[in-house]
Amino acid sequence: MIDIRAVISIIIYILFTPMISSLISGIDRKVTARMQGRKGPKIMQPWYDLLKLFSKEAAVVNRIQKILIIAHFVFALGSGVILFGGGDLLLMLFSLTMAEVFLILASYSVNAAYSEIGAQRELLQMMSYEPMMLLCAVGFYLTTGSFYVSDIIRTSFAPIVTMPGFFIGFWFILIIKFRKSPFDLSTSHHAHQELIKGLTGDLSGRLYGFYELAELYEKVMMLAMVGLFFLYDNPVSIIYAVIAVGAVMFSMSLIDNIFPRVKWELLLKYSYIVTLFAGGANLLILSLFL
Amino acid sequence: MRVSKSPWLLHYDGSSCNGCDIEVLASTAPRFDVERFGIINTGNPKHADILLCTGGVNSQNKDVIRQIYDQMPDPKVVLACGICACDGGIFKDCYNILGGTDKVIPVDVYVPGCAVRPEALIDGVVKALEILDEKERAFKKEGKRSLTSSEYKALLEEKAGESETKEDTDASES
Repeated sequence: MIDIRAVISIIIYILFTPMISSLISGIDRKVTARMQGRKGPKIMQPWYDLLKLFSKEAAVVNRIQKILIIAHFVFALGSGVILFGGGDLLLMLFSLTMAEVFLILASYSVNAAYSEIGAQRELLQMMSYEPMMLLCAVGFYLTTGSFYVSDIIRTSFAPIVTMPGFFIGFWFILIIKFRKSPFDLSTSHHAHQELIKGLTGDLSGRLYGFYELAELYEKVMMLAMVGLFFLYDNPVSIIYAVIAVGAVMFSMSLIDNIFPRVKWELLLKYSYIVTLFAGGANLLILSLFL
Repeated sequence: MRVSKSPWLLHYDGSSCNGCDIEVLASTAPRFDVERFGIINTGNPKHADILLCTGGVNSQNKDVIRQIYDQMPDPKVVLACGICACDGGIFKDCYNILGGTDKVIPVDVYVPGCAVRPEALIDGVVKALEILDEKERAFKKEGKRSLTSSEYKALLEEKAGESETKEDTDASES
């Protein structure tokens, strides 16, 4: 039996995410520009960037690179489909990890110095955010009794009530996921020129477009995860979720502009400390008292 | 047109005195803020649409410029920024300077000035965007690509050869 609502939300997700996500990124860039006292680009600038990338020539380094980047895109899209289709949260996280693995393989495959360093750093970033991501899924299970997103949004109270620690941890790893300033080691959205864009250094034209598109889908997916902390069996909760997503996005811009980039040792240290003390403590309390 | 809505810029400093480079940086700073045109200063030739060269070309960096230019995907434009990049400027007669950027790669827009003012620079970029539009149209319709640096080199040599033979005939006539 196919759930009609799930199908509709999947279709909406696939069709409208690039636009919506571009808009969110555009607002992010505008806010960043205003914080720096600049006028900033047009609000839909990321969308124009995307269109441009798809109209440019792609200098493909080797055939395997192309396949891997497309696989990265398909898996990133697929994990969003699982999330918005009300599927298994664990499956979605594993699928997302798979997408990252394809991206890293694509970077290694070109055999270029900067891509390789970028890929190594991306592995480190994965090492630092992956535990917290999985802990979040476990937290949702302990709170709601299910890994399925369709069940999680039908609980009688917002999951944030019992899992504030998980939320702090998730918020922290979002900085890494969004490639924001203190932790944008492998590549960044801005014109920081360290490593010549690192991980994505050897992607060009359409291939880079696919990478950017996957990033846009991933962004909406991560924000939906933020929303998941606030959604419960009451339509009003959608408003809470939207406010939370807005606040999280703003805090990301703010942090991006305040902190300089850190070394990878600090990235690992901070993310593990946060995972242990926010996620771990919350997990302990949940498993003892629920 | 798509490319001119988000032109990403790659800045290469040849043998410049850094005057122009500082003006290039100034145009990305809050006062002039070229990001409002969607311009991003990338460090990566594979992501760039506009190559912005400052300073003259010397024997050491000519191959670097060629390589950067060849790595940029089509459609692309080259901006020679400052009088040194246009024709060598006050360093023109130095033993190590070959001349302007157009000695090694085809240049689309020349922006003179010593140092070039950010206003002139932005004006030059806007000019470059028009050319970028034209190139994009040609690239999409006819698959017309920009000259590679080796093709350009051959073209320059051919021209030099022609003018030499012309000079020879002139000399023999007189």
